[in-house]
Amino acid sequence: MADYDVPEVKEYAVVPLPKDGVMNHLSPFVAKPEFQEAMGYVGKKVHDDPKKMPEYVLIDGWKEKALDKMGDLLGRYRSLQVFMDSCVKCGACTDKCHYFLGTQDAKNMPVARQDLLRSVYRRYFTFAGKYFPKLVGAKDLTEDVVQDWYSYFHQCSECRRCAVFCPYGIDTAEVTMAAREILAHIGRGQKYANEIIGKVFTIGNNLGLPEKALANVLEGLEEDVEYDIEVEVKFPLDEKGKDILLVTPSADFFAEPHIDGLIGYAKVFHQTNTSWTLSSIASEAGNFGLFIGSYENMQRISMRIREAALQLGVKRIVYGECGHAWRVGYSFLNTLAGPFDFLDQNYPIPQHICEFTLDKLEKGELTIDKSRNDDKTVTFHDSCNVARGSGMGTEPGGQFTIPRAVIKAVCNNYVDMEKDTIHDVTFCCGGGGGLLTDDLMELRVKGILPRATALINAKEEHGVTHMAAICAICKSQFTKVLPYYGFAMDQIVSVHQLVSDAIVLEGQVDPED
Amino acid sequence: MSTLIAMLLVLATLFMLGGIARKVRQYHATPAPLKIPVTPAPKSTGGVVLRLAKEVVLFAALFRASKWTWLFGWLFHVSLAVAFIRHLRYIIDPDGPFGFMMPVIGLWIVQLAGQYAAFGMLIGLGGLLARRFLVARVRYISAPSDYLMLLLIMAIAFSGFLMSFVPGFSVDIVAVKVFMLGILTFNLQELPEGTALLAHLLLVALLGFILPISKLLHIPGVFYAPTRNQVDNPREKRHIVDWAKPLDEIREDYPELVASREPKKEA
Repeated sequence: MADYDVPEVKEYAVVPLPKDGVMNHLSPFVAKPEFQEAMGYVGKKVHDDPKKMPEYVLIDGWKEKALDKMGDLLGRYRSLQVFMDSCVKCGACTDKCHYFLGTQDAKNMPVARQDLLRSVYRRYFTFAGKYFPKLVGAKDLTEDVVQDWYSYFHQCSECRRCAVFCPYGIDTAEVTMAAREILAHIGRGQKYANEIIGKVFTIGNNLGLPEKALANVLEGLEEDVEYDIEVEVKFPLDEKGKDILLVTPSADFFAEPHIDGLIGYAKVFHQTNTSWTLSSIASEAGNFGLFIGSYENMQRISMRIREAALQLGVKRIVYGECGHAWRVGYSFLNTLAGPFDFLDQNYPIPQHICEFTLDKLEKGELTIDKSRNDDKTVTFHDSCNVARGSGMGTEPGGQFTIPRAVIKAVCNNYVDMEKDTIHDVTFCCGGGGGLLTDDLMELRVKGILPRATALINAKEEHGVTHMAAICAICKSQFTKVLPYYGFAMDQIVSVHQLVSDAIVLEGQVDPED
Repeated sequence: MSTLIAMLLVLATLFMLGGIARKVRQYHATPAPLKIPVTPAPKSTGGVVLRLAKEVVLFAALFRASKWTWLFGWLFHVSLAVAFIRHLRYIIDPDGPFGFMMPVIGLWIVQLAGQYAAFGMLIGLGGLLARRFLVARVRYISAPSDYLMLLLIMAIAFSGFLMSFVPGFSVDIVAVKVFMLGILTFNLQELPEGTALLAHLLLVALLGFILPISKLLHIPGVFYAPTRNQVDNPREKRHIVDWAKPLDEIREDYPELVASREPKKEA
């Protein structure tokens, strides 16, 4: 099936020699004009013949529209304006991107990726680029350039690892988001991200799970848990007057290992007598508006959570395990959908499920039998959006210590991966930023290389058997792609799956093995 | 000749300061609509000042990224700063408002360090230039201007080195000071003879013209990166910019939200 090779795993991560354009054949599918228009973007079809493959071309006057949009974004985002000017081409970022390390493509070096946009910025927006384009590497905006944008700005997962190392704090994610926003305005929206956003607006969540189906899933889950441990653990939906609204990625409702995490949250709520509910309006924590760099779409999606909180009359909002959702929740929700003066101000708004659970663990409100996880040696993958785009608790770095503290409270065997692959320099799973789609499978298989290398080393040196994560995208990417590197799907676990496995509820009867 | 050089220096200085001021104003006026500090980030303004200081003074991120680039880059910048401090003596009138700085700037150790800084600059810049040629990744991302910029500053440092250390090129520095103070007091004086001096001043003027229209804008830019200069307090503090306010007005009215408020039909 695949016409590419899975990269060879070496004992140590090796920085490859750059090769220009070896990945330029790879671009995601283009969004249909109907979907584009529903989001306030544009699109153009070449023909309406249902027998032929659909073709979408750039809209008329695309060049002027692209430059206008670039000017508009430069005026609205300080990050973009400063980042376009500041880069000195020092090369600090060149060996930091997992997609460069996995694909060798020179244009996947962060600075080279930024330069796809910067060279056009220089040509049309700076004195030096207008009058001495060759000297400063400025380029005319042509269809080939747009094609490079479409290809390479969809080979960036907006993970911000490069930004950690940049002496000027240049964040390629901001550049990628701007480029995707420009592309969406000239007929080059990405099918995967934009159709998902469409599903959120029309159905309520990324997976397009309608309210009734969701109710059925939750009912089924209650039955499953009761069958397993003979305890009635509730999964309430749209119940008014509860304390907590839980928003969680829709993958938690049916995919493995996500759903085991959801069971974990429910057990924690059950044992701590916490009243909580899910919402059919906010049945999605994820917010793909972030990936396409659209403030407007991100706000519109965020508003569903405010609406659900108001309609259900809850006092608190808690987020389930989802990386980019947590970035939007922690860093942007207050701005986009706040102020939340109608919620209980004694708790963080919103609160992460790991913050919630650790608090309960520390207060001794949970009965934990750590030995139930003794069959595992666990490591933790810091998800990029949590690690570098958000926080937890009250201290900087809580996003690293709190999930680990939860894991260590429920597992006897825990080890970290190599230290240049965790915490704020963690490697992306390879599927973040709106790239978790089958049309980009080659990129996902190659981009996972640095994480896979670290995991294999942890397995060989410390006997690691399971890797836990708190991000739906990471979990999906790992279960699908780590098998290419010799791991089984069930070696990827949710953090709250570990909690679920170790927790002992009152009246629990364990199934006989 | 003296008049021409004086005019060029004045023009270059005005262009440089005006250009940087224009850019700083632009950065200042451009809103940052979302909190995007790269975390873990400080929770207070004091913490942010410390974070930026570590970047500006020690190049902390670059140190994590690449030890060689850090070594050469830091050596060059520190040497440049030392050389700059030494050069202040040429534009400070001991009896003027900044005269109080002279006892420090005039110290032999400061002046000597300023002279030897030429070596630091040349070694640093040489290392950075070599890296541009030798490391394939860096070669790939380099435009002609990236090499020329290094060569320009190397030429400035080299001409300074000639004046300080090579007898044939030495200049009457007292006369240089008279010339510089003359420019500042609009009382033009004769520029002393010297090929190296002439080259030094012309190249510095050229650098002044290039600075605000080039990547040397990293000088103001380093202070304006939202990824480094924002306080990490988004859950505690709402942060909304002017252009986003109209969106706040209409946010309750999105059709899917309005529809969700309708009473549900029983199936």
